[in-house]
Amino acid sequence: MDSNWQLFLDSLWPLAQAAITASIPLAVISFAIGLAVALLMALMRISGSRVLSSIARVYISIIRGTPLLVQLFVIFYGMPSLGLTIDPWPSAIIVFSLNTGGYCAEILRAAILSVPAGQWEAGYTVGMSRTRTLYRIILPQAARVAVPPLSNSFISLVKDTSLASIILVGEMFRKAQEITAVTFEFMLLYCTAAGIYWVICLLLSALQNSLEGRLEKYVAK
Amino acid sequence: MSPSNPAASLLAVAGLHKSFGANQVLKGIDFTVHAGEVVALIGPSGSGKTTALRCLNGLEIPDAGTVAFAGGPEVSFSAGFKPKKAQILRQRSAMVFQGHHLFPHLSVLQNVTVGPLEVQKRPRAEVMEQATALLARVGLADKAQAYPNSLSGGQQQRVGIVRALMLKPDLLLFDEPTSALDPELVGEVLVVIKELAQEGWSMVLVTHELAFARDVADTVVFMDGGVVVETGPASQVLAAPQNPRTQAFVQRLLHPF
Ligand SMILES: Nc1ncnc2c1ncn2[C@@H]1O[C@H](COP(=O)(O)OP(=O)(O)O)[C@@H](O)[C@H]1O
Ligand SMILES: [Mg+2]
Repeated sequence: MDSNWQLFLDSLWPLAQAAITASIPLAVISFAIGLAVALLMALMRISGSRVLSSIARVYISIIRGTPLLVQLFVIFYGMPSLGLTIDPWPSAIIVFSLNTGGYCAEILRAAILSVPAGQWEAGYTVGMSRTRTLYRIILPQAARVAVPPLSNSFISLVKDTSLASIILVGEMFRKAQEITAVTFEFMLLYCTAAGIYWVICLLLSALQNSLEGRLEKYVAK
Repeated sequence: MSPSNPAASLLAVAGLHKSFGANQVLKGIDFTVHAGEVVALIGPSGSGKTTALRCLNGLEIPDAGTVAFAGGPEVSFSAGFKPKKAQILRQRSAMVFQGHHLFPHLSVLQNVTVGPLEVQKRPRAEVMEQATALLARVGLADKAQAYPNSLSGGQQQRVGIVRALMLKPDLLLFDEPTSALDPELVGEVLVVIKELAQEGWSMVLVTHELAFARDVADTVVFMDGGVVVETGPASQVLAAPQNPRTQAFVQRLLHPF
């Protein structure tokens, strides 16, 4: 028991360190890029252009209709056979970004469409272009609607970064596997890793609540 | 703005046609607004008043017809018209909506200054001075920092009017500015509109308040079924309408029981 306790304490910091230096940055960077992709796809969907809308629809369908694990394998293990070898980190960021883009596009589209049409027209009547109305008037209001589902997507993404262990990214779960390779204490290490994921998710939920509170005044009545 | 030559025509609308699918809503609308003139657009529900007004602001793109402001290019609508080209109409007129459509995420002051500052790019000091003066004028000096959700319907609509005035348009467009309000709040908004009319602002006012129209309007345009049925001086059209349809409509509104 004593040695288990000691191992728990000894592994806590390396795991937390891997979370801070790898898992979280991987999630944050991928989510930021993914949101940009998602916004582009959402705008293509509502653009009124049949071609752009179809491209976005097919993209979203492929992303949502295929397993994330398979997407990782295609990019990391599959691309080299086409002569394109991508390192673990870039592979992970590409896949997680594209994945986020596919899942969040529909969230953003619904949020943008939830803003009353009168808000677009009010933007136009004060002289704004479509683009300016979008980012100055519509997106701030859509944000309030989108924050809860986007937060859920981000929390899922944080947990999903553990899949990157399979393509050799040194994130937290891979670190746990490395330690078990020496100690064979599978239960202890994996539960410790699980506990750290859980704590991160609790913190993110708290952050989500405060963000929602601050956006409250943006709601149209 | 205040007219220099009251007889000059400010806006000429000719042959406006607009259909929504198979529903032919405007079947050739013509009317003129002179500088400093208040035109009341009246007519039964569904007669196309809102659609006609929105065409003037480029919020609706007519299938055919022309809209021309004095000193500006005539905007001629036809199939394949690029909506972007209607933007120049918005530089001349400003719309006050039935449902105000204030920006809920911006304060009252930001609501009324966002156009002048970010689109018209006028100097900040001048814009703030104008905003302060106009908000004070409509009795909302102390609400500059408030958010629209915290205001009453009448206050929101007064902010809507200030937002339009801030753009310094040549023509104000009102679409039933009081019909979404509780009855006790109607007066405070009409008072503001009446003052603007007396100051010489040119406006097109869609309204069901016939008493108010008779009070402030110079000209009444009566629409029914997508056409202008009768046009004339407000006192004449509302007191002694010539067309049977106008007569029936005026009778019904003035004596509902
Ligand atoms: N965006 C739209 N799409 C389809 N039909 C519309 C639209 N706007 C107005 N209409 C139709 O046009 C007709 C006239 O409407 P409107 O201009 O609002 O009349 P009014 O303001 O005189 O009541 C109505 O039959 C209405 O259903
Ligand atoms: Mg109407």
